[in-house]
Amino acid sequence: MSAPFSPVELLIVVIARLLEGCRHVVTGASSPIPGAGALLARELSGGALRVNVLGATRNNSFTNGGVELFDLAAQGRIDAFFLGGGQIDGQANINLVGAGPYPELEVRWPGSFGSAYLYFLVPRVILFREEHTRRVMVPRVDFISAPGVSASNVHRPGGPYKMVTGLGLFAFDRARSRFCLESVHPGHSVQDIVDNTGFDFDRPEDVAATPPPEPEVLRLLRRRVRSEIADAYPRFAASLPG
Amino acid sequence: MPAAPLCELPALAAMIPDGAKLAVPSENSGVAMAATRELIRRGVRRLHLVCVPVSGLQADIMIGAGLVSTIETSAVTLAEFGPAPRFTAALREKSVRILESTCPAIHAALQAAQKGIPFTPLRGLIGSDVLTHRPDWKVVDNPFQAADPIVVLPALQPDIALFHAPLADRYGNVFIGRWRELLTLAHAARQTLVTAERITERNLLEDVERSPGVIPALYVNSIAEARHGAWPLRFGVEYPADERTIESYVAAARTDAGFRGWLETWLAHDSVQALA
Repeated sequence: MSAPFSPVELLIVVIARLLEGCRHVVTGASSPIPGAGALLARELSGGALRVNVLGATRNNSFTNGGVELFDLAAQGRIDAFFLGGGQIDGQANINLVGAGPYPELEVRWPGSFGSAYLYFLVPRVILFREEHTRRVMVPRVDFISAPGVSASNVHRPGGPYKMVTGLGLFAFDRARSRFCLESVHPGHSVQDIVDNTGFDFDRPEDVAATPPPEPEVLRLLRRRVRSEIADAYPRFAASLPG
Repeated sequence: MPAAPLCELPALAAMIPDGAKLAVPSENSGVAMAATRELIRRGVRRLHLVCVPVSGLQADIMIGAGLVSTIETSAVTLAEFGPAPRFTAALREKSVRILESTCPAIHAALQAAQKGIPFTPLRGLIGSDVLTHRPDWKVVDNPFQAADPIVVLPALQPDIALFHAPLADRYGNVFIGRWRELLTLAHAARQTLVTAERITERNLLEDVERSPGVIPALYVNSIAEARHGAWPLRFGVEYPADERTIESYVAAARTDAGFRGWLETWLAHDSVQALA
């Protein structure tokens, strides 16, 4: 019997689980759910995991300015990072610039941020997008902010590792350049995911259900993580169950 | 060595000419909003705005007010307050040209300017449309290792850097703490203009605890005192965002007419009381 939880709390917990064994995780701009997930993973790691939340003052140890994140990534000192996308396609290409043929965009989004670099260099890049619809999960992105895979001669120690959406959890196989569905969140079905995904993906015959948050994990999230994430994301923190 | 002169805000804003390549920091460090208001009052035009490496409310207001002809940035967003409405509209209407970038490229290109070298290599980017749409960036072979293509970027030297700092002294030294992208920015730019919450009589370089976080006067051309100079944005640990004022902006700036109305109120507003 699990305690009631919100869909956002489930996503935070799913993300925290993906960070097990990491030594250093950074979360970037406009990433409140990944930020909360990373801080939760830190709590669960007993302090073994270092977390840096961009935009935070407390949960941010950088002392060398904006460039430090990127220097750390290039040196292999970051194990996991999060990227999103207004569009994501089946080869894990991501688009943070806009929908429509560039530059004649029909919809403009903020821009590529550090994706065109970090996607290449951080070993576990977790794609996170709450909205899982055919508008987001497209056959081919209109603009490649950062490619999912690269030619073999391109220096690329990093890349897509998993994708977390509001409907389920996927793994990405870099050799085959395909997503594989790993689990479906409570309240949704494999068919929901197929119906809402504009690209083809692999799936086992029986797809697992995403396990709900363990009660003690949920308690930790509500007692500790909620106040920690408020440093960088006060409005998001206020929206979380207390 | 002559000290960087202290001046009033309008005089500081007057040092930014039409057509300047003006670099400003992200909302994670100090955004000179009070100075931005002065720039709009003055009606500077045709700026090439370089966001280091992203911007938000500041760029959106400057674009809406018609100050910007080119924006070079990795992103413009109001973060927790949503998309940047005037930025989005200007790109749709093609009234502003955008040079798409990625955060580390802006940092690296400024570092090249800081070192006085013509270009710098940067990892990543190959296979992205960011690279495709930047004809000024090139892919070269690593001269030290075969079969290792790498992107090179030209140095980025802003004409002027403009930002807000917590503290400056009357000798022209500016305390930035650990926001060291501001140090790189001041090193890279031809001129650096600063607003500061407070001006102290004490030489900051003589303070051993603070001096590692100080931009020396050597790089600083002018400083104006501006209490709450980042308002309505948050400013480090000093003050949080004025949510009511930013929300009023978001609601108004959906349309050009709404934006004009908000701007008029903001320009007439000389306190830091929330705008309704």
